[in-house]
Amino acid sequence: MFEDLIYVLGKYDTWLWRGFLLTIELLVISVTFGTLLAIPLAVARVSKKLWIQAVPFAFIYVFRGTPLIGQLFMMYYGVGQLISNIDGIQDHWSWAYLRNPYWYCLLTFVLNTSAYVAEIMRGGIQNVPSGELEAARACGMTPWTTYSRIIFPRMWQMIWPAYTNDVIFTLKATSLASTVTMMELTGAARKIVARTALPYEAFISAGVIYLIIVYTLTFGFKGIERYLRRNERRKDKQPGTAKAASA
Amino acid sequence: MKNWIKVASAAAIGIALSASAANAAWEKVVVATEGAYPPFNMVDENGKLIGFDVDFANKLCETAKIECEIVAQDWDGMIPGLLAKKYDAIIAQMSITEERKRSIDFTNYYSNTPAVFVGKDTMKIEAYKDGEVMEDALDGMVIGVQRSTTHANFLEDNFPNIEIRMYGTQDEALLDLTAGRVDATLADSGTLDDWLKSDAAKGYGFVSNQFAPSEWFGDGAGIGIRQEDQDLKEILNKALAEMLANGSYDELNKKYFPAINLHPN
Repeated sequence: MFEDLIYVLGKYDTWLWRGFLLTIELLVISVTFGTLLAIPLAVARVSKKLWIQAVPFAFIYVFRGTPLIGQLFMMYYGVGQLISNIDGIQDHWSWAYLRNPYWYCLLTFVLNTSAYVAEIMRGGIQNVPSGELEAARACGMTPWTTYSRIIFPRMWQMIWPAYTNDVIFTLKATSLASTVTMMELTGAARKIVARTALPYEAFISAGVIYLIIVYTLTFGFKGIERYLRRNERRKDKQPGTAKAASA
Repeated sequence: MKNWIKVASAAAIGIALSASAANAAWEKVVVATEGAYPPFNMVDENGKLIGFDVDFANKLCETAKIECEIVAQDWDGMIPGLLAKKYDAIIAQMSITEERKRSIDFTNYYSNTPAVFVGKDTMKIEAYKDGEVMEDALDGMVIGVQRSTTHANFLEDNFPNIEIRMYGTQDEALLDLTAGRVDATLADSGTLDDWLKSDAAKGYGFVSNQFAPSEWFGDGAGIGIRQEDQDLKEILNKALAEMLANGSYDELNKKYFPAINLHPN
């Protein structure tokens, strides 16, 4: 078993490495753009006007309510197939991009991530204490300023643990990319199994790499969480709580 | 240990043979096939076994001048049934593998559906010629293939300058072929031949020669026999060689697969 593990790592290290890079790439891009897209979605979602609320609601409902692998297949084989049937598209310069599975895969992940993150953000926005909002209004803040100074900072503080969770979830979700021919880490492990008939060794190698990624992520996100909650730490140093410190 | 058994059984057979007349032990052979793998073996409306394997078995017995009875057996119980002596030989497209060789023995291979490229009718691929891989034949192309197959391994090992797209099923690779997202696909000619008969395949066809180098594609399907029946193996191998030499194999091949060479090596 141990020798087989060394064999797998020694012979197929480039496959695993390339798989690792693609996994990270998919993760970073989907989380970044997914989060950016989630912000307007979440803001619209908490609107009091029904017709503004409806669009993000439908979007989130569909993307959270269907399996990711189904979305991936719909996008790659469904939408991709439709695009390929457009007259003359295959001779157009954009075909080099449109035939590539990479973009379909990324788009699906971005949309899926944004749906989940938007819902988390909605919870955060709605839980900002109403007293703070009233105070903002009393100070004469415009809605824009209220969002950037009060609501968003408060929201990030509150949603960060759930957001961290979602990033890790997205990391796992990238393993589905291999079903549409993108050979990320899980795809690489599968390929190794097909070659060597050593499923334990291949999946343990990939599993350990996933664990390392998750460890690094958790560590980094914990640091950011501490930064986001810096005001609470300052509160702890106030005389009111000094007794607890001296006890 | 295994060798010891082989030697012992060979000795036992030797004694048995010298005691009786040669071939006398094999006047009648019961052959099992699956009956659910068209067009190789299947049952017609009357429940009669038909197909390439059935015709081949009949012709083989005729050539070997032995009487044959063909019976149907589910795939899962194929090897246990042979070992339990319910029949003496398996002719059911069973691939020769090391794992199976641990419990049974095989004759030489009698059929091997070769690999072939399928793409737009207008293209031409020469990836394997005269026992040599043409490494640059596919340069710059995007080739679709089913993952975990011998075909995927063949592409990965031999063509460094192509983009290989790996699919969960061959159907998905064919979908992407018709969508123009891969330039060609490499797979088993039997499967592809079937697909080419469908409407979706209009404008597509075999675009390369058919090849099956055993280094990548294994040894094909053989006739399964019990390990102790080395005399039967010899009889069947001899008859098979005769069929290949006198053209009767070729005739059968053409009857079922006009476009495929089932005995490429």
